[in-house]
Amino acid sequence: MRCVLPIRRCTCSRGCKIGMSTRTRLRDSHVTLAHGGGGKAMRDLIEDVFATAFNTDTTEDQARLTDTALADPGARLAFTTDSYVVHPVEFPGGDIGKLAVCGTVNDLVVGAARPLWLSASFIIEEGCEIDLLRRVVASMRTEADKAGVRIVTGDTKVVERGSADTVFITTSGIGVIPPGRHMAAETIRPGDVAIVSGVLGDHGAAILIARGDMALSTDIRSDCASLGHLIEAVLAAAPDTRAARDATRGGLASALNEMAATARCSIEIDESALPLRTEVKGMCEILGFDPLYLANEGTLVLFVPPDQADAALAAMQSQETGRNATIIGRAISGTSGRVVMQTIFGGMRIVDMLVGEQLPRIC
Amino acid sequence: MCLGIPGQIIAITDADLMMAVAEISGVRREVNVACIAEGAPLETLVGTWTLIHVGFAMSRIDEDEAAKTLDVLRELGEAQEVLDAMAEGAESLRPRR
Amino acid sequence: MKYVEEFRDPAAARGVLAEISRVTDQIGATADAPVRIMEICGGHTHAIFRYGLDKLTPDGIEFIHGPGCPVCVLPRSRVDECIDLAEQPDVIFTSFGDAMRVPGSYKSLLQAKAQGADVRMVYSPLDALELARRNPDREVVFFGLGFESTTPSTALTIQQARRTNVLNFSVFCNHITVPPPIKALLDDPHMCLDGFVGPGHVSMVIGLRPYDFIAQDYGKPIVVAGFEPLDLLQSVLMVLRQIRDGRAEVENQYARVVPAEGNPVSLAAIADVYETRPSFEWRGLGEIDASGLRIRPDYATFDAEQKFQIGYGAGQARAVAEPDGCACGEVMTGRVKPVACPHFGKGCTPELPLGALMVSSEGACAAYYQYGGARAVEVAK
Repeated sequence: MRCVLPIRRCTCSRGCKIGMSTRTRLRDSHVTLAHGGGGKAMRDLIEDVFATAFNTDTTEDQARLTDTALADPGARLAFTTDSYVVHPVEFPGGDIGKLAVCGTVNDLVVGAARPLWLSASFIIEEGCEIDLLRRVVASMRTEADKAGVRIVTGDTKVVERGSADTVFITTSGIGVIPPGRHMAAETIRPGDVAIVSGVLGDHGAAILIARGDMALSTDIRSDCASLGHLIEAVLAAAPDTRAARDATRGGLASALNEMAATARCSIEIDESALPLRTEVKGMCEILGFDPLYLANEGTLVLFVPPDQADAALAAMQSQETGRNATIIGRAISGTSGRVVMQTIFGGMRIVDMLVGEQLPRIC
Repeated sequence: MCLGIPGQIIAITDADLMMAVAEISGVRREVNVACIAEGAPLETLVGTWTLIHVGFAMSRIDEDEAAKTLDVLRELGEAQEVLDAMAEGAESLRPRR
Repeated sequence: MKYVEEFRDPAAARGVLAEISRVTDQIGATADAPVRIMEICGGHTHAIFRYGLDKLTPDGIEFIHGPGCPVCVLPRSRVDECIDLAEQPDVIFTSFGDAMRVPGSYKSLLQAKAQGADVRMVYSPLDALELARRNPDREVVFFGLGFESTTPSTALTIQQARRTNVLNFSVFCNHITVPPPIKALLDDPHMCLDGFVGPGHVSMVIGLRPYDFIAQDYGKPIVVAGFEPLDLLQSVLMVLRQIRDGRAEVENQYARVVPAEGNPVSLAAIADVYETRPSFEWRGLGEIDASGLRIRPDYATFDAEQKFQIGYGAGQARAVAEPDGCACGEVMTGRVKPVACPHFGKGCTPELPLGALMVSSEGACAAYYQYGGARAVEVAK
C-alpha cells in the first residue's frame, strides 16, 4: 500500500489552518479492516486522527526537508529507526505514542545529534478503539513538540484482530550532528567517569505492574522522556563527554556491557551508588528481579573525562530529566567488555548481559 | 529456594477467605494470612510484620529476635574494634626507624 | 526496607568476617584442606554469589552448593509431563517463572508457549485459582513446585478450591522435601561435608526438629540461616564454632522468622492435602525414597495426575536419561565444581542450558556463570 501520510492541507473555503476540515467525518468508535482498505474510511481515519495532530502540510507522499543545520560544513546526518510494541498500550507515565517519540529521539541525541524529523508508521489491530488512537497520537504530538522534532511522514495499516496487539508503531528519526561533535563508545578511556541521569528501572517496573499478571500495585511511573535537552546541557558544560547510551531494553547492565566491549576496556560500578526507588527495590525483592536489567525509557548513562565529571553532573542535575543524576562508576583498564560491580557488601561480582528476559521467580 | 520478603499487613480485604493487603517497600499485594492468623480476629493483624512468600504471609517476624541477632553482630563488631585499637596501639609503640 | 537493610549493612560485617577468619585458623583449615560447608538452599547459593561472599570469606572455607533448588532437581520426565499437560487444548497451564526455561527432553515450557500452548506465569497459586474462577470453561492446572516452604501455599489453595467449589482447578504436584536428600548425601561414601547451612524458609514451616538426625546420627553441625548477607556470615561462623568446639547441634540463626516448632497452620494444611510418595525422582540424584509428596485421594478432583492420568498418576515411571556427560549430579553432591563439568560454558550456558543447574539463577552452574561470568568460562577452558 502506498504511503498515506503526509496529508493534504484542508482546502475548505474557511481557510482552515489545521490541515483538515473542521467537520469530523469519522463516526466509528473502533478501527475496522475498512480503515486500512485505501478508500474513504481510510482517508477519514487519517485526516481525522493523524493529520489533525501532526499538522502536516505537503501534498506529496514524501516529506521534503530543509534545515540550515544541514548546510554547516562538517555537519553529519544521523538516522535511526525503532519499533514499539508495548503492552499495555497505555501505562502509568506514558503510552506507546510517547514511547515511540522519546525512544527514537533518544537514539539520536545519545549520538550528539539534534533531532529534527520523525516518520511514524502504525500497524493497527482491527477493533482498536479510535479514542485510544487519538490519545496515542496526541501524546506523540506533545512529545514531539517538547523534543523539538516534527513528525513529517507516516503510514497506517490495519491488520485482522489477533495479528497485532492493539497498535504497533515504528518511528524513524533524522537529526544533525553539529560540526566538531563526536560521541562514541570507542572514545571511552580508562579513568572516565560513568554517570546515570536518573533512577533505574522505573519503566520496566511500571510496565510489569501495569500488565497486572503479578497483581501488584504501586505508584511507580514510567520514566519515559526525551533527553535532547539533557544532552545539550551536558555538552555545553562538559564538551569532551565521550559517549552516552540510553539504558532501554536489557537495562543499565546491557548498556554498560555494550559500551565496555566497544571501548575495549572494563567498567567498574558501585552497587551502593545506584539510584533506585524504594518501590522498584521492593518489586525486585518480591519477584527476584535484578534492577540492573530493568528497562528505562528516559534514563541514560554517559562517560566523561574525570576533570569534567563535576560539571557534567551539575549540568544534568539542573535539568528536569536529570534531577537524580549520580556518578556510579568508571572505566578501568582490564579485559575488554567486562563490567564488574562492587556489591553493597564489599564483594565483587561480574555484571553480565541478560540472558533471555527476566522471569519472576519464587526461588 | 523460596524467595521470601518482609512485608507489613495494612488492611484486611476478605475475612472469610483470610485475605489481606501487605505492603513491601511501597508495593502492595493481596496475600493470604491463614498461616499467621492464630485464631485471633483478623483486624488485629493490621500492622503485623510478616514474611511473604508466593502470596502467603507465612510467618510473623519477631522483632525481639531480630534485635537479638543484630546485637550479636554488633558485639562482634565492637570486639573487633577493640582488637584493631590494640593492634594500632602496638604499632605506635614500635620504635620508628 | 525494615528487616532487610539492617542485615545488609557492610559495616556490621567486619566483626563477623574477622571472627570467621580467626575460627577458620583455629580449626587449621586452609585452601588445600578447607572446611566444606554445604548451603542446602539455592536461595543461599544465589545470595553468596550476589553479594560476593565467597570472595570475602577465607580460602579455608569451601562452599558446596546443595540440592535445594526445586527446579534444578526436577527430572526431565516431569518437565515433559508438564508440556503434555500444557499442550492439551482446554488447559491453561500456570507456573512460577522459575520453571519456564527448564529443558525437558524436547522443549521447555517457554518453547511450548511459543508453539501455541496456553502457559501463563503467576506469582501465587492463588492467582491460578482466580484464573480458574474467571475461565470456568477451561481446565486450569497449576505446576506445584518447591520444598516445604512453598508446599503450604498450594495446600491452602487446594483447600480453598474445594471450599469455594472451583472444580476446573488442579495442581500438578512436584513438591519435594528437604531431609531425605540430605540423608542420601550423608549416606554417600564419597561424602566430604563438615557442616550445613540450613534452609531458613523451609524451617519457618517445619521447624528445627526434622534436622536432628544430621547432628545426632551423623555428627554434623547445622545452622538454620536467613537469606541476607549478614545472616549467612553469622551462620557460617556458628557452623565453624561448632566444628572448632567439636559440637554437632541444630542451631537457629534465623529466629526472627523461624519458630523452633515451625508453623502449625502450614503443617496441618500439608498433612490434610498431601501424603508422602514411596519415592520420587530427583534430577542428578535419582530416585530417593519418601522424598516427594502427592495429593491425597480425598482431594483427587484437584490432582492433575489423576484428572489427566499422567505421570505417577498413570502408574508409569518414565525415567529419561540425562544428557551425556552432564555433571549436575556430581556438582549437586559437592563432588565436583561446576567448571569441572565438560559442558560448562561450552554446550551448556544460560542461553542454552543442557543441565538443570544452568537453568535457574539458584543453580550452582548458573550462579557461577552469571556472577563469575567470563572468568568462570576462562577457568573452564
